[in-house]
Amino acid sequence: MSHTFTLDGKVIPFVDGQTIIQAASAAGVFIPHLCYHPEFKPHGSCKLCTVKVNGRHTASCTMRAAPGMVVESETEEINAERRALTQMLFVEGNHFCPSCEKSGNCQLQATAYHLGMMSPHYDHFFPNRAVDASHPEVLLDFNRCILCSLCVRASRDVDGKNVFGLSGRGIKTHLIVNAKSGQLADTDFTLDDKAAQVCPVGVILKKRRGFAVPIGERKFDKAPISETADTTEGR
Amino acid sequence: MTYQLETAQHPETLRRVAIDPVSRVEGHGKVTILLDDQNKVHQVRLHIVEFRGFEKFIQGRPYWEVPVMVQRLCGICPVSHHLAASKALDVIVGAKKLTATAEKMRRLMHYGQMLQSHALHFFHLCSPDLLFGFDSDVTKRNIVGVAMAHPETAKRGVLLRKFGQEVIRVTAGKRVHGTGAIPGGVNKALTVAERDELLKDIYHIVQWSRDAVHLIQKVHTQDPGLYNSFGIFRSNFMSIVGNNGDLDFYHGTLRARDDNGKIIFDHVDYQQYNQYIEEEVRPWSYMKFPFFKSLGKDHGWYKVGPLARVQNCNQISTPFAEHERKEFVDYAGGSPMHAPLAYHWTRMIEMLHAAEVIKELLHDDDLLGSDLVVEGERQMEGVGVIEAPRGTLFHHYQVDENDLITMANLIVSTTNNNQAMNEAIRHVARRYLHGHEVTEGLLNHIEVAIRAFDPCLSCATHALGKMPLEVELVDPEGRIVHSLSRS
Repeated sequence: MSHTFTLDGKVIPFVDGQTIIQAASAAGVFIPHLCYHPEFKPHGSCKLCTVKVNGRHTASCTMRAAPGMVVESETEEINAERRALTQMLFVEGNHFCPSCEKSGNCQLQATAYHLGMMSPHYDHFFPNRAVDASHPEVLLDFNRCILCSLCVRASRDVDGKNVFGLSGRGIKTHLIVNAKSGQLADTDFTLDDKAAQVCPVGVILKKRRGFAVPIGERKFDKAPISETADTTEGR
Repeated sequence: MTYQLETAQHPETLRRVAIDPVSRVEGHGKVTILLDDQNKVHQVRLHIVEFRGFEKFIQGRPYWEVPVMVQRLCGICPVSHHLAASKALDVIVGAKKLTATAEKMRRLMHYGQMLQSHALHFFHLCSPDLLFGFDSDVTKRNIVGVAMAHPETAKRGVLLRKFGQEVIRVTAGKRVHGTGAIPGGVNKALTVAERDELLKDIYHIVQWSRDAVHLIQKVHTQDPGLYNSFGIFRSNFMSIVGNNGDLDFYHGTLRARDDNGKIIFDHVDYQQYNQYIEEEVRPWSYMKFPFFKSLGKDHGWYKVGPLARVQNCNQISTPFAEHERKEFVDYAGGSPMHAPLAYHWTRMIEMLHAAEVIKELLHDDDLLGSDLVVEGERQMEGVGVIEAPRGTLFHHYQVDENDLITMANLIVSTTNNNQAMNEAIRHVARRYLHGHEVTEGLLNHIEVAIRAFDPCLSCATHALGKMPLEVELVDPEGRIVHSLSRS
């Protein structure tokens, strides 16, 4: 059955069972997000999609829409919080956009632009993370991981391989490869896996392909993420 | 060997004058001069005070990132590093011969860069010295002063540079730090609209470049006493030369000559550069000192850049620049010209050549092609060499079986000129400062000598972990109390 709620004053229709972000997306309204992906169950971990519902903060990817809800998203207060979260993601990893193949196709970078992030603001952690180049077709650059767990979910739920996992707790949480050696080459991961297609940043990259698409012709070069129908990372 | 004025015998007794920073050059450097009570010069050194370390931190990165990453060495001629790295990686991916579209797109990008960099150096950085005098009013000795006194010259300088930047933008995607070249080729061809836009301006760019040659030729020949001897030293010189010994900035083989113009080596495949060139590190500088192995480090140092290139080639393939090259060679009188200020004259001849080559390329339909990338049998090691605006630039990489960089060696243009620049400023110090009261105008003479080489100091310092260090603890009377050294 169809109902409506308001999002920043705009009437958004929804059907029973839809979350706020699903309904907004169907109506063509962008809510910033990183760990949410329309093809996967919500994870609710990045908190970028936080909105205010009837005055209370909640993740729009996990909150089901309800009739008459008053939802606020594009307010300076909420965007300031999203910006701070994004800045934290940048300083916790090593995100050197100028030499990253994903630049222009990167959801984190596009989201930072959308939120008007002008600097990292916080001190960089500069973590020392190794690159896993063991696989013949795919490079893993852990420096850029934002712990969205999309590769974990894709490998487990779609590919049925369980190649990836998150290990550790709190600030020590990190992405691991499910092999005794810890190396991707020692798994049955292939380039065709769904997990190879979903990374919103530049962690899982096809090897030997770099900068083949010129500047200006990449997904988020052409239009800001808020005006791009498919907000998942570019290819 | 101890070079004259490199190291004073008793520095603790001398007064130190520093030019810090050296102005109107790329990057950050300083000159220290040690003088005694009678203002006699005992030591002069050009120091590069910043440290970059690219050779180290690209180790462990995937090779396809390298052309885009290493160009961040510099904001003035990033295209040089972008292309030198791409050429090295062409070897790694087994691309023995690029497609015509790829090679010509890269050439266009590179010649656009030569044009913009040479224009920037001559008009923005050096014309104040050359037009107003080395010790003229310091408040006017800058590009704003040039714009006030010679508005047409300043305007042309700005527009020449702008045109070169536009050539880079349409070939690399951005005016600074683009991504046009990739291992084995390029990622885009030129569009008809981009070509036509450049064609609108190229004819007056060629004419303005001719006028710039004539301007510096006039300045130089009107005062031969100064321009033929200021900071002069004799040295070997080196560059790559193209087919038939043509001047070629993009590709060729290595050729070196001695100070009399006699060939030291020629037709050398640059993949073997390290059989001919070695680098020395000295305790007082982050910048290495390269030399020809066959002559040893005492006599094997050399200079690179426009003055070397224009005198090293047999001819220039474009008519206006070839005419100007002959004029220059005639003026030099049949033997190599070594005067540092002649760099300016030869730099403008090169700018003219770059403009003429761009004009030729813009009439070549290969630039509009669609065959962009080739690859072949994967190799583990590759060397890329290019003639950057400041001189010969070497990029050398080794890549492991997992596609990660394991070794990088960069010999940057300015590094090749390290000893040469030091010799030039020592000559100037002896001639102008020795026994005189130091003034700003006199110190600018030192900077004028450095600027002639158009050094890019930010590109040139990578000797991580290789530099021998000496630390001395000196008491108030100048006696060494304790010393430590790492060789």
